[in-house]
Amino acid sequence: MSGLEREIAFTLNGKATVTAADPVRRLADVLRRDLGLTGTKIGCDAGDCGACTVLLDGAQVCACMTPVAQVAGREVVTVEGLAAGGKLSALQEAFHLHGAAQCGICTPGMLMAAASLLRRNEAPDEGEIRDALGGVLCRCTGYSKIVEAVMGVVSPGGNLLKDPGVGEAVGARVPKTDGLALLDGGAIFGADRAPEDALWLRAVRSPHASATFTLGPFDNLHAKWPGLVKVLTAADVTGNNGFGIYPDIKDQPVLAVGEVRFRGEAVVALVGDYGAVHGIRDEDVPIAYEPRVPVVGLDAALGAGARQLHQAYPGNILAHGLVKKGDAAAALAASDIVVEGAFETGFVEHAYIEPEAGWARRRGGRIEVASSTQSPYMDRDEVAQIIGIAPDAVRIIPTACGGGFGGKLDIAVQPLVALAAWVLDRPVRCTYTRIESMASTTKRHPSRIKARFGCTQDGLLTAHTFDGDFDTGAYVSWGLTVKDRVPVHSTGPYHVPAVLANARGVFTNAPPSGAFRGFGVPQASIAHEALMDGMAERIGMDPLEFRHKNVIRTGQATATGQVLEASCGLAACLDELRPHWRKARADSAAFNARANGAARRGAGIACCWYGCGNTSMSNPSTMHVGVAPDGAVTLYSGAQDIGQGTNTTMVQCVADALGIEMSGVGLVWGDTGLTADAGKSSASRQAYVSGNAAKRAGEDLRRQILRLANVGEDARIEFGSGRLIVRDGDAVREIGLSTLTPLRAGDVLVGEGTFDPPTSPLDGNGQGAPYATYGFAAQMAEVEVDMELGLVRVRRVVAAHDVGRAINPTQVEGQIQGGIAQGLGFALMEEFIPGRTENLHDYLIPTIGDMPEIEVILVEDPEPTGPWGAKGVGEHALIPTAPAIFGAIYAATGARMTRAPAMPDRVRAAILAAKEGAA
Amino acid sequence: MDRYLRPTQLTEALAALDAGARTIIAGGTDYYPARVGKPLDEDILDVTALRGLGRIEDTGGAYRIGALITWSDILRADLPPWFDALKGAARELGGVQVQNAGTIAGNLCNASPAADGVPVLLSYDAAVELASVEGERRLPLADFITGNRATRRADNELVTGIMIPKPALPARGVFLKLGARRYLVISIVMVSVVLEEDGEGNVAAARLAVGACSEVAMRLPALEEDLVGRALSPALAAIAAPRHLSGLSPIGDIRGPAAYRRDAAVTLLRRALTELGGSP
Repeated sequence: MSGLEREIAFTLNGKATVTAADPVRRLADVLRRDLGLTGTKIGCDAGDCGACTVLLDGAQVCACMTPVAQVAGREVVTVEGLAAGGKLSALQEAFHLHGAAQCGICTPGMLMAAASLLRRNEAPDEGEIRDALGGVLCRCTGYSKIVEAVMGVVSPGGNLLKDPGVGEAVGARVPKTDGLALLDGGAIFGADRAPEDALWLRAVRSPHASATFTLGPFDNLHAKWPGLVKVLTAADVTGNNGFGIYPDIKDQPVLAVGEVRFRGEAVVALVGDYGAVHGIRDEDVPIAYEPRVPVVGLDAALGAGARQLHQAYPGNILAHGLVKKGDAAAALAASDIVVEGAFETGFVEHAYIEPEAGWARRRGGRIEVASSTQSPYMDRDEVAQIIGIAPDAVRIIPTACGGGFGGKLDIAVQPLVALAAWVLDRPVRCTYTRIESMASTTKRHPSRIKARFGCTQDGLLTAHTFDGDFDTGAYVSWGLTVKDRVPVHSTGPYHVPAVLANARGVFTNAPPSGAFRGFGVPQASIAHEALMDGMAERIGMDPLEFRHKNVIRTGQATATGQVLEASCGLAACLDELRPHWRKARADSAAFNARANGAARRGAGIACCWYGCGNTSMSNPSTMHVGVAPDGAVTLYSGAQDIGQGTNTTMVQCVADALGIEMSGVGLVWGDTGLTADAGKSSASRQAYVSGNAAKRAGEDLRRQILRLANVGEDARIEFGSGRLIVRDGDAVREIGLSTLTPLRAGDVLVGEGTFDPPTSPLDGNGQGAPYATYGFAAQMAEVEVDMELGLVRVRRVVAAHDVGRAINPTQVEGQIQGGIAQGLGFALMEEFIPGRTENLHDYLIPTIGDMPEIEVILVEDPEPTGPWGAKGVGEHALIPTAPAIFGAIYAATGARMTRAPAMPDRVRAAILAAKEGAA
Repeated sequence: MDRYLRPTQLTEALAALDAGARTIIAGGTDYYPARVGKPLDEDILDVTALRGLGRIEDTGGAYRIGALITWSDILRADLPPWFDALKGAARELGGVQVQNAGTIAGNLCNASPAADGVPVLLSYDAAVELASVEGERRLPLADFITGNRATRRADNELVTGIMIPKPALPARGVFLKLGARRYLVISIVMVSVVLEEDGEGNVAAARLAVGACSEVAMRLPALEEDLVGRALSPALAAIAAPRHLSGLSPIGDIRGPAAYRRDAAVTLLRRALTELGGSP
C-alpha cells in the first residue's frame, strides 16, 4: 500500500490490536476490510443511519465518521465483542427472544447503542431507551420489538418463545432459526465477503436526468491509474444489454447506450483495485454529456408535444389497466350520495438499511453471483440473458438480505459484477453507496388519482369510478403490475356493484418506479378510505360502522367478478377494533374539550385488502425435504428470507407436516444450485405459496416413510444416526439409511412439494379471478396535531389483521409493526426527489421516536387453500396506515389531507384553508 | 509534511496550518457525510489530540467552551439554568452518536444555515477565539459566520474556544426546534431565547435568535427592544409578531416553504416566551 499508512494501536474487543492504515480512513472501513470484522454494517457512511455504531471508550459513535487515527490508544467494542466465551450477552439473548431482529442489518448498531446505554444506566425507562437508540434507523421492525427487547434485559419477563413439540410448530412463537447469526455479527450480507482476489467495481452514473453522451478515450485514465483494469461499457455486454422483470420486456440497459433517461443511470463501470476504482472522481472519467430538458412529472410527460422517452410507447404511456363491472356511470347517477376526491402521492424510497452489494466469479463456462436479493431465480435468468449463456450456467447464491420491500426484486449490482467477472475472468465485487442506491434503484410510483363513490342514503355502496396515473419513471420495471393491481383493488375491501377503474403507467425522466410493498395499492387506498369517511360523514354514520356495513363478505363478488368463497375476515377485524375505536373517539373528544393549547387529537380508521401472489399469473413454488444417509433432515428452500422470516416459517411448516420437532430440520436456503424455484419474496406470497410447498414436501416425505415402514397414518417418526425409527402403537420399525441410493443432493429420501395458487386471467374488462386468496386488515390511528405548526404525532395504532392463520405470531406482529412504520413514513414524511433527497438526512424515514404505541390483533379466518389456513400479511401491514392517519388528522383538525406526505407545512396550510372555508 | 496530522501541541497545529491550508477535523460528523463515495485525499489537521482544548472553564465573567467540547460534554456539564438553551440544542442534535463526537466549535465552523448551535450561541452573545502563529483574536459569533458555510476563519487559523459571557442578571434560556421527525433531523426552524430578569419581575435584557430562516441565523433586535421592561409573564408571547421577523429571508426547500418557516418561527418564539415567562 501507499506511504500514507500509519500504525495505529488500540484495544479491539478486549484484544490489543495494531493495524496499519491511512489515518483518515473511516473506522468502519478499516474494521471491515482490514480487520475482517464485518459485523459493523455500513448503511450510509454519513452518520444518518447508525448501522455502524460501535463503542469508543464505552460511548456510542458512528464508525463511519470516526477517522481511524482517533482510536489510537483507545478501546473499541464492536458487535463481535458483545458475546463472551461463546455465550450471547443478555441483551443479544433478549433481542433473539423478542424477535427484535428482522433482516438484521441494523441489529449490530441497535445492540451497540443499547449496550452503551446499559453500561451507564442499568434500569433505563422507555424514554431513555428511545433517546439512546434514536440514532439508529430500522426499516423492518417498527422498533416495537427492539424497545421490548431492551426492556426485557432490564426486567426479564417470561420466555415469550418456546421449543414447540411435535406437531406444535405451526402457530408457535419460535425464535428465528437463523436468528443468532444476526446478533453476533456472523450473518453474511452482500457487502461482507467476496473472494480474496476480487477486483472492485464502481458504476459511473449520469448526473443528468436526460442527456445524450459520448465516451472515451480512456487511455489517459488508465495511464494515471495503473490499478484500473477495465472501463466496462455497453460494448462489453456479451449478451443482451437490457433487463426488466417481464420475460418479454428488457428495456433498461445494463450500461447506457448513447443516451441516459434518468439521473443515476449507469453509463460505465470502473473495474480494478480498490484504490483506483474509488480514487477516480466521476468528473475525471471521459464522458461528454449533452444534457436535455428532462420530462419531469406526469403533466410534462402527458402534455402535447412532450418528448417521447421510448419509441415503443407513444404518448409516454406504458400501459392502461381497466376493471369494468356493470354500468358505474349510471349507478353513480342513481346514487343518493356521491363523493369524490383527488389525491396525490410522491416517489417513495425503500430505504432498506443495506445498500445493494455482491460479487461474481466465473467458473469456466459458468458464473456464480452472490448478492443481496429478493428473487434468486429471476436474477439467474436475467444474468443469463445479459451474459448470453443458458440459465443453468448461472448460479445465484443469495447473501443475507438487509431489507428489500420490493426494491431488491429488480437487479442492481448483479449484471455489473457478472459481466465484469465474465469478461475479465476474475472475481469482481461491488457495493453501492447510499447515494447511489437511492439515486439508481426503483421507487414507489408517484400517483395522481381521481375517484368517486356512490352510496344509498342508508349507507350501502352503489358504484365506484377511479382514474389513476402512475409515474413509472424511465423504464418499465414493475409498471405493468401496478397498472393491473390498482384497478383490481381500487374499490377497497368493499362490495361495490358497479365499478369502472382505470390506471395508466406514464414514463418520465426519473428513476424507474418498481415494486414497493403494495404495488400501487397503498396510493389507491388513500383515495378509497378518504371517500369512505366522506360518505359516512354525509349520511351521519360512524366511519367504522359504515365500513362494517360494506365490507366484502364470503359469497360476494369483487370488482373483477370473483366470488370470494372463504377467509373474508374483515368484518371480524372491525369488530375487534370497535371498542378501541369508540374509546379513542371519546378520549379525543374529551381531550379537545379541555384547553390544550394548540394540540388537538383525533382518531381515524382504514381498511385494506390485498391479493396474495402474482396477478392472474402462475407463480409456483417448489420445496424439497431430504434425509441424508446419516439421518439428517434438510429443507431446501428457495424462498428468500428478506427479514420477514421465511427461514423460520418454512421450517415450522415442514416440521409439522413431517411430524418431527423443528430442531430436527436443517435448512439450506436461497442458492439456485441447491434449491428449487420458490418464486420471489414479494406479493405477500411466501407464507401462502411457499408455505404450501413446504407443507406438501413434508407430507410427501412422511408418506414415503410411512409406506417404507408399512405403518399407519399416526405413526411417529424419529431420525437417529444412520437410521430412521418409526413407531406405530407398540410396533417399532427401524430403517437403515446408509444402504439406500442417494437421490438428490446426497439425500436418500426426498419429499417434494409444489404449489401454484389457482387464478384465472383477467378479460378485456378486467373480469376474472386474479388471486386465489386475499388478506384483510383494519387499522385505527390516534393522532395529536399541533394546530399552529402542523406537526402530527401518531400516539397509538391498533391493527387488526385477518392472516388466515399466524404460522409464527411473533413474526406476523413484526411484519405488521414494521409495515405501520413504513405507512407512517409514507403518510407524514417520505418523499423522494431525484437529485435532492438522495441520502438519509434529506429523505426522512421514521425513527424510534416517531413510532406510536402499537397494538396488534390477529384475526384468523382460515384460508382453505393456505397451509394450515395461512395467507399473506407482508403488504397488508402497510396499506391501511396512511389513510387511517389522514382520517385521524381530519378528525382532529377538520383538514382533509389529499397529498402524501403530510409534511408539517402541508398540514398547516390545510388547517388554515379549512378554517378559511369554515369562516 | 504528512497528509494527515494529529498533533498534541497547539503550536504544532498552528505551524502546520501556517505552512498550508488544511481541512480541520474534530468529530468528523460534517467531514465524512460530505464525502460519501468520494476519495479522502485532502490534507487534514485532526485537532482531537490537542491538549487543553477539552475543558469548560469558568473565567469569572464568562464561560470558555474549549474547541473539543462535544454536545454530550455540554449535556453532562454542571452549568447554570440559562445554559438550558444550549443543552436543549445538544439533546435535539443528531443521535447520541453525533452528540458524542460532534463539537460545538465544529458546528460553528461548518456554518450550515441549519446549524443548531448558532442561534443558541448568538442568543448568548458568544465570541469565537481564533489562534494562529501570528497570535490570537476574538470575533463575535455574528461577525464570525458570514454566509452559508462561510466564516472569517483564515486558512492559517484554528478555532480554540468559544467565550460565553455570563448574563449580568439572573437569566434563563430555552431552545425550540421544529423538524419533521424525532431524532436525527435537520431543523425547519429553530429559536433560542435568553431573558434576564431585573429582580422586580421585569425583563431586563432579551436576546432572541432564529435559525434556518436566513443564510446565517439572526438575532431579532426589534423584538428584543420590545421585550425589555415588560413584566415577566406568559403574556410576553403576545408581543412577538410577524413584523419582528422582517430581517429574515427564509428559503423554500424540501423541508418547507418560506412562508411556513416565517409562520412557524413566530409560533416557536411565542412558545419560548410563554415558557420563560411562565415559571420562576
